[in-house]
Amino acid sequence: MLVISQLGCVRGERRLFSEISFEIGPHTLLEVRGPNGSGKTSLLRILCGLLHPAAGRVSWNGRDIHELGEEYRAHMAYLGHASAVKDELTAHENLRYSAATAGLAASTTDISTALDTIGLSGFQGIPCKTLSQGQRRRVAFARLYLCSARPLWILDEPFTALDAAALALTRNLLESHLRSGGMLVLTTHQEVEITSPHTQRIDLGI
Amino acid sequence: MKPPRLLDAWSAVVRRDLLSALRHRADLLTTLIFFVIVASLFPLGVGSDAALLRSIGPGVIWVAALLASILALARLFSGDYADGTLEQLALAPYSLTFLALGKIVAHWLATGLPLVIVAPLLGVQFDLNADALLVLMASLLLGTPTLSLIGAVGAALTLGVRGGGALLSLLILPLYVPVLIFGAGAVEASAAGLGAGAHLSLLGAFLLSALVFAPWATAVSLRIAVE
Repeated sequence: MLVISQLGCVRGERRLFSEISFEIGPHTLLEVRGPNGSGKTSLLRILCGLLHPAAGRVSWNGRDIHELGEEYRAHMAYLGHASAVKDELTAHENLRYSAATAGLAASTTDISTALDTIGLSGFQGIPCKTLSQGQRRRVAFARLYLCSARPLWILDEPFTALDAAALALTRNLLESHLRSGGMLVLTTHQEVEITSPHTQRIDLGI
Repeated sequence: MKPPRLLDAWSAVVRRDLLSALRHRADLLTTLIFFVIVASLFPLGVGSDAALLRSIGPGVIWVAALLASILALARLFSGDYADGTLEQLALAPYSLTFLALGKIVAHWLATGLPLVIVAPLLGVQFDLNADALLVLMASLLLGTPTLSLIGAVGAALTLGVRGGGALLSLLILPLYVPVLIFGAGAVEASAAGLGAGAHLSLLGAFLLSALVFAPWATAVSLRIAVE
């Protein structure tokens, strides 16, 4: 259970938002909406602990996430604007090393399966610098397949550069995560219908 | 269950960076060739007075190693910072101090160790004898990891800053001075027949204290950089 209370964020001189409170439990999708510059990314970065809020707190199962530290991070997966895909490594190598550094137990077969599922079967062994923007995004998404045991997923504009086929695949992935009791925090400018047992919406910047 | 996972994560950081470095061989060679050229310019410029070369040799090689290691530092975190890997490292369920140490180790293996290996060849140009060459290698073997460790703090602090490269040099070079003094001093002492033991012990002490403080300071700076 992720509880956000009285959260406020200031970037530079500007107050982005203040006094935001909500709770996310299992099976819940939280959609964060708002125009450019309204603080969606900042909110997500606060939720995953990269950014310290100017006011308020974020707690996981009753304890502050900065107090929990590594324990919280072991329950969370974050996909940011940057895909964290290294150009000089192949898709398979990228996934293998990022899974290991994130503490995910993944065998070679798991990694191949994840890449196959996301539609990169023929592209596992070539350096990512030759992949398109959308294919790199798929590599980043493949990491989420390995994160299925982590209850909280925080995704910042995950659908950028994805084509219709990839969109359908990723929507399935997110929906099955929600069905199996996961929590999902999402920002997107695209109209992607994700069916979820519980959906909450936050509008920033109004 | 946790400790072996931690080592897996650490070795994944090291292996990923080594693999990236191998695929960017040109970058590695730049550092190494810079080192060789700078150290070779001196005999050409100063002339062939063997006694003079012997006396300036250790200092020149050490200064060249120091400049070469600064040259490589700018790339230590900038790639990871740009492509989002650094964010993911900061969000890994492990201590960032430990993972940062992995990055520093990989960086030293890719850029510091080749300097240590090539140094004796450069020493020959300065008419250093076999004993002095051994001491030179030993002093670089203890000194260059210290340079990487101290440099990592500077690289993390200047991450994302415009003109970070020049700032990095200004910030880090003064901190390199003690390593330079005792590194070059070790070779000079051995050439003078005094024995290099004391100098090398001090270099070892520098390395150990840098090993304790630098990864932690690097991790704190990296967290500020990704905020």
